Amino acid sequence: MSRKLLLEHINVPGINTLEVYRQKGGYRAVEKAIKTLTPDEVVEEVKKSGLRGRGGAGFPTGMKWSFLAKPEGVARYLVCNADESEPGTFKDRYLMTNIPHALIEGMIVSSFALGANTSYIYVRGEMMPQIRILEKAIAEAKAAGFLGKNILGSGYDLELYVQPGGGAYICGEETALLESLEGKRGNPRIKPPFPAIAGLYGCPTVVNNVESIAAVVPIINDGGDEYAKIGIGRSTGTKLISASGNLVKPGVYEIELGLPVEEFIYSDEYCGGIANGKRLKATVAGGSSVPILPANLSLKYANGEPRLMSYESLAEGGFATGTMLGSGGFIAFDEDQCIVRNTWNFARFYHHESCGQCSPCREGTGWLEKVLHRLEYGHGKMSDIDLLVDVAKKIEGNTICPLGDAAAWPVASAIKHFRDEFEWHVKEPRKSQDGNYGIANYAVPIEKVVVAEV
Amino acid sequence: MLKVEEQQPVAFSSVFLANFDEIVKRYPAGKQKSALLPILHLVQAEFGWTSVPAMDKVAEYLMIEPIEVYEVASFYSMYFLQPKGKYVLEVCRTGPCCLVGAEKIMSHIEGKLGVKEGEVTADGLFSWRGVECLAACGYAPVLQIGPDYTFYENLTEQSVDELIDNLKNKQDLRQ
Repeated sequence: MSRKLLLEHINVPGINTLEVYRQKGGYRAVEKAIKTLTPDEVVEEVKKSGLRGRGGAGFPTGMKWSFLAKPEGVARYLVCNADESEPGTFKDRYLMTNIPHALIEGMIVSSFALGANTSYIYVRGEMMPQIRILEKAIAEAKAAGFLGKNILGSGYDLELYVQPGGGAYICGEETALLESLEGKRGNPRIKPPFPAIAGLYGCPTVVNNVESIAAVVPIINDGGDEYAKIGIGRSTGTKLISASGNLVKPGVYEIELGLPVEEFIYSDEYCGGIANGKRLKATVAGGSSVPILPANLSLKYANGEPRLMSYESLAEGGFATGTMLGSGGFIAFDEDQCIVRNTWNFARFYHHESCGQCSPCREGTGWLEKVLHRLEYGHGKMSDIDLLVDVAKKIEGNTICPLGDAAAWPVASAIKHFRDEFEWHVKEPRKSQDGNYGIANYAVPIEKVVVAEV
Repeated sequence: MLKVEEQQPVAFSSVFLANFDEIVKRYPAGKQKSALLPILHLVQAEFGWTSVPAMDKVAEYLMIEPIEVYEVASFYSMYFLQPKGKYVLEVCRTGPCCLVGAEKIMSHIEGKLGVKEGEVTADGLFSWRGVECLAACGYAPVLQIGPDYTFYENLTEQSVDELIDNLKNKQDLRQ
């Protein structure tokens, strides 16, 4: 069994209440931080932990915190990004539903570290039940003296509020989220200035994902060095993985970073293999925005070494043969799934969610959707495949925010690895309507290359 | 999208406005516009949709221009700018849900209700539409029903039938 830091007590009845959460050691991190540490010492522990942003970008959290400007007399803000909308990702929903106090506790410790006296949790609007759960947890924490004026007699004040979104994937981008929190359309801002200098209401602001903030609790309890001992290399600690698609046991799993992908998919401790006795055709390892990989490259590098669930290992081989950990949204495709159809589905998603601010993304995502639609429905031409690659290239890197890249990568990678399936849709338009291309050679095991000794 | 002739005048009760006041308190002085998204959710829960007269009232309350409200309401997918059925079944139609049958569920709902996506049933009770990822991929296929956004997970044709029948019966009991 791997170590659990966030979900250790997930199955304890009543863990969503302050009383039971306290019995299981909850709010120790608040007491420790506020009574025995200075804000800078808290930042230092988070730096030592090596924690990297769990929302998708993987930027070191402690470093992000240390960039926060601290001009005299200007308010600073911590905003939690709970706008979880990346297809394949549902870990934050799970955490907020079941252990809301883990997030509240993390918010208090993190706000203390950053010197914020007002903090917001921006939750996607569709999660109304989770908003109610968090509001109840905040009221409990306030009644117990962990929030409000003069917390634990320290003189530190903090008010914490939950803000609902309105249904827009783009608000997961941190500057779009801040625009939305200011009551505007979620159009990402041009950076610089970064939020650390000018964020919410023009004030210095840190935006962190739910899981990153919850991870601050075990980091403060056990120390940053202890946290850094878990995991592998620069991928320290544990990570929540949302597993979905054609798996025997989809759900949220906490893994120690460095777990082999093969073990994650097939062992009974985790996903229990592919559902209905089918074979694995492909995976998307980190949410819909990361490159899709065929089964063989999902499990092994091109040189035959086993691939691990870590930031570095999933990225091994770059975009030629690798992918990214992203938000940890792990989607498994069985042998009956059509890659062209799925690519069209994702392209439609990005077209729908493009904010419309930058032309390459606004127009390009529409092109991708339309061309993929005609390929999927048997009206495609062979030249459409290269057209898609061309459009994807012209979106990538040419937009204010990463949504453009996120729309381009799934298309580019699907064509790179599954080009024969796209060609089959052009050559066999009728067959592709009634049947599917199947697993082809995508699961053929990669032989380990043995380098001859000289 | 915004047909003015369909719009009925609205009035906000003092209790309703008191809820607005509570929300505005969460933000620094002068930043009351931050309350716009939460207030629009309250308006939609109360009236079933977000009409132009209601948006104008919100603008007046928040001391912002009406266009600032319209541009927000039309940007975000949760605000209905046209009347919908009492129960709007919103089915997730993004990748992971489709791997386990969301498309079949949508066509089943279309058949069961007898209306196309976005339309309202003759009795005014139901609408349905496909929506993008609801962040519940491990429990797919899923749908949600506002205004409290209750989730229904691991849908089958049978469970959808039961859900729709239960909502209909609940309605009959109230009358």
